[in-house]
Parts: sequence; C-alpha cells; structure tokens
Amino acid sequence: MSLAGLLRRLGAQVTGRIWRLGFASRFLLMTLLYSGMALRRLQLTLREIYFTGVLSLIIILVSGLFVGMVLGLQGYDTLQRYGSSEALGVLVALSLVRELGPVVAALLFASRAGSAITAEIGLMKATEQLSAMEMMAVNPIARVVAPRFWAGVVSMPLLAALFSALGVIGGYLVGVRLIGVDEGAFWSQMQAAVDFRQDIMNGVIKSVVFGAIVSWIAVFEGYDAEPTAEGVSRATTRTVVTSSLAILAADFVLTAFMFRGI
Amino acid sequence: MSAEPLVDIRDLSFAYDRRVILAGVNIRIPRGKVVAIMGPSGCGKTTTLRLIGGQLKPTSGTVRVAGEVVHELDDAGLYRLRRRMGMLFQFGALFTDMSVYDNIAFQVREHTDLPEELIHDLVLMKLNAVGLRGAHRLMPAELSGGMARRVALARAIALDPISLSIVGQLIRTLNDALGASSIVVTHDVHESLKIVDYVYFVSEGHIVAEGSAEEIRKSVAPYVHQFVWGEADGPVPFHYPAPPYGEELMAQPGRPREWWS
Repeated sequence: MSLAGLLRRLGAQVTGRIWRLGFASRFLLMTLLYSGMALRRLQLTLREIYFTGVLSLIIILVSGLFVGMVLGLQGYDTLQRYGSSEALGVLVALSLVRELGPVVAALLFASRAGSAITAEIGLMKATEQLSAMEMMAVNPIARVVAPRFWAGVVSMPLLAALFSALGVIGGYLVGVRLIGVDEGAFWSQMQAAVDFRQDIMNGVIKSVVFGAIVSWIAVFEGYDAEPTAEGVSRATTRTVVTSSLAILAADFVLTAFMFRGI
Repeated sequence: MSAEPLVDIRDLSFAYDRRVILAGVNIRIPRGKVVAIMGPSGCGKTTTLRLIGGQLKPTSGTVRVAGEVVHELDDAGLYRLRRRMGMLFQFGALFTDMSVYDNIAFQVREHTDLPEELIHDLVLMKLNAVGLRGAHRLMPAELSGGMARRVALARAIALDPISLSIVGQLIRTLNDALGASSIVVTHDVHESLKIVDYVYFVSEGHIVAEGSAEEIRKSVAPYVHQFVWGEADGPVPFHYPAPPYGEELMAQPGRPREWWS
C-alpha cells in the first residue's frame, strides 16, 4: 500500500475513534439527564445493584482472599530480608486499599458485570425490545440504561471495599497463622500506618471513578452494538478490553494526583 | 375513503444516506379501518411504519397522525402521541426479563398511577381477548412463537390504541371491538387479504397499486399478480443482480476452463 493510502487509513481510524468518543460523551450526558427515573424509582436501580453487585460478590471475595494471601507470602519474603516482617500488615493493607482493591476489583467487575450489561442491552436492541419500549413512549435511556449505570457506580466502591477486606484477612491468614508473624504487630502497625483520608478515602474515590468508567463503557457499547449475534459479541469484547485499559490509565492519573501532589 | 384520515402520508420520501427507500409515497388510513401495506422484502414497509411511529424522520414529505405532523413534534409531543399507538413487532419483542403479566402491565404502570388491583383486571382482560389468560405467569421464553405474538398483541392494545400493526385474524376482531384503526405490514398475502379493508402495495419505494382486498385479488398488474399468487420470478426478479451463472462458476482462479478436453 502507498504511503498516502496508509496515512489515509490511519487518519480515518483516528477520526473514527474521535467520533465515537463524541457519541459516547453525548450518550453519558443523556444518561445523566435522564437519571431522574432511576433515582426516583429506586427499586429499578436496586434490582440492577443485585444483578451487577450482589451476583459479582463470589468472584470478588474469592479473588480478594487469594490476592491477600499472595501479598502475605511475597511481602513476608521481601520484608524479612530487611528484618521488618512485622510491617507485613501495613504492606498488605496499604497495597490493597490504595491500589489493588480498587484496580483489581474494577477489572473483575468489568469482566463479570460490564460484559453482562453490554450483552443484555445489546440483545434487547437486537430483539427490538428497546424499539418496542420507545414505541410505548418509555425512554429506554431512562428505563434501561440509567438504572444500570447508577447500579455500577454504587456497587463498585462496595465491591472494592469487600475485596480489600478479604485481602487483609488473606494476608493475616498467611502472615500470622501460617508463617507466624506477630499478631499484635500485624494489626497495630496496620492501624497506625493506614490513614483514613489519605489511603482509604482515596481508594474509595478511585473505585467510584472506575465504577463510573466501566458502567459508562458497558451501557454505551450495549446501546451502540450492531443488532446481530456478531455485533453483540464484538461489543461485549470491546467493553472488557476498553474498560480494562481505561481503568489502568485512569488509575495512573488518579494516583499521580492523589499521592504525588502534582 | 373518509375525508379525515387518522394517518395521512403525503409525498413521503426517505433515504438511508444515499440509498433511497421510499420515494413520494401517499397513504391515507381512515379511522376504524384495517389497512395493509404489502410488498416484497426490502421494499420499505417497515420503514413506513417507523416513520409513522416517529422513530425515523422523513427526507421530505409529511406523516400526519391524528392531525399532528409526526416529525415536527418534540420529544414530549412524540411520546404523548405514541401513548395512543400500539406497535406489534414481527417477532413480538417481549421483554424477556418480565413475565407475560408484567409485559402487558408495563405500559400501564409506566404511564398511569392506577392501583395494582385495577391493573390486574386490565391485564387479564387483555390476555383473555387473545386467549392466553391462563398463561399470565409464564416467561416469554416459555411461549411458542405464535403465543408470543398474541401476548405482544395484548401488550400493544394495553392502552386501547388508535393504531397497531399485526398479522392475523385477531386484529380484525379486536379492531372492530375497540374501534381502533390498524395498519398491517405484511408479506403474508392471502391471510391478510381476508381481514383488511384496503391495501397499499409498495415496490422499490413507490406505491404501485392500491385498492380494496377484492380489487387487489383480481388485479392484473404484473407486480401485484406476482406477489398475490406467490410467483418466485416476475417483475421482481428472484435473483439478486449477478453476472451469468456459468461464467461465474468458471471464473474461479485456478479452475481449468475445460478440464475434460
């Protein structure tokens, strides 16, 4: 292919992406504008919180426990070289509440709940359920999209908190129960070192942002999916890939602002 | 036909980008009648229905429903108008996460503050009209295709609409009972000719014939004849435009043109 052709294709790709970002932003704006129903009729949102949040609990809790256990092993291995294995509790807790809790929980949430939201909305579109709703004078963005969006925003920080809590328990089981780090030192150093505003609140802020990002991408991809079997499958894949990348990129930006004082 | 039609379509044209779907279509649907829009697949039937429902905007021309120009309405006006319409989709489009009962109650719950006891009676009345009162606890996945369409019809008439779209004997009965007007979009010719009052025949974006069911049945216009009598080939070709068959079979690279010689 000629250089001009290559440039043309590259240009088309870039402008295509920017168009799509514009569409997605308008869609987010519409979702926020039509959120009245989701907040007024709380049972709609609660039902979605059950599907996105409660049904994601198992994967989040089990993953949290294992991540905490691995942190316990790896952390002990490193810390004992410097003779500070009592600081294991601090290491486990800080890694979890600052980074691993929000980020890993969000990645799991994107693949468990985000993909389900996209597939559900995409299939509703493919089977004309959204069209039918529109023809019944019910706005699908208000009735279908907004409750799922808000459910994601609410569920995510709760899931991240549970992930961190189970992680700490995992770290405790391995560090204290298995390896034999002093129990008092494990808990007291953790209590002394973890700052509520600096560490926990920043973690919560992160998980709220990740929840909004994942939910936004999931509902948009579902609503914008081509109404065919392949279209829905592509949209579901895009949700997982795009939200995973977006979570990691947003994590870097948020971390830079929160902990380095830029 | 009556002087004040419920749906009045004038010089309607519609195109997706540059692909023209409808060109200068005129259709009038009088109150209380069942009117069919027929034609081969891809001729613009469903597009016409979507234009009436305001899901698409015309490139030119107007669609007037109950005296209002549909594409000039704002969102609130359009939704107000749609509350008076019932639309039945080809495959029912039932909400798969709700039971039959909740599907029919959906629109009533969304648009009214009626107490649940009254909604219960209303839902059972609508289901009784389509013969599926006993199925109100089932989920859409448990219904057969025909049952799903009947439930969808019950849902479409939940708010006693002015217009609906369906194939089947049921609408004739329900249309007359409710005093509604119906638009039937179909390619099921013989079944529909039994129930409709008037037929519009669309081909390649134009109305090519119109008349009462009897007139259409007797029509000698080639398009109509081919369609009504189900002939595979005719003015509407069976084959999508393609190069000659033999030439294309032999045009495969690497295939010897005359391997036997």
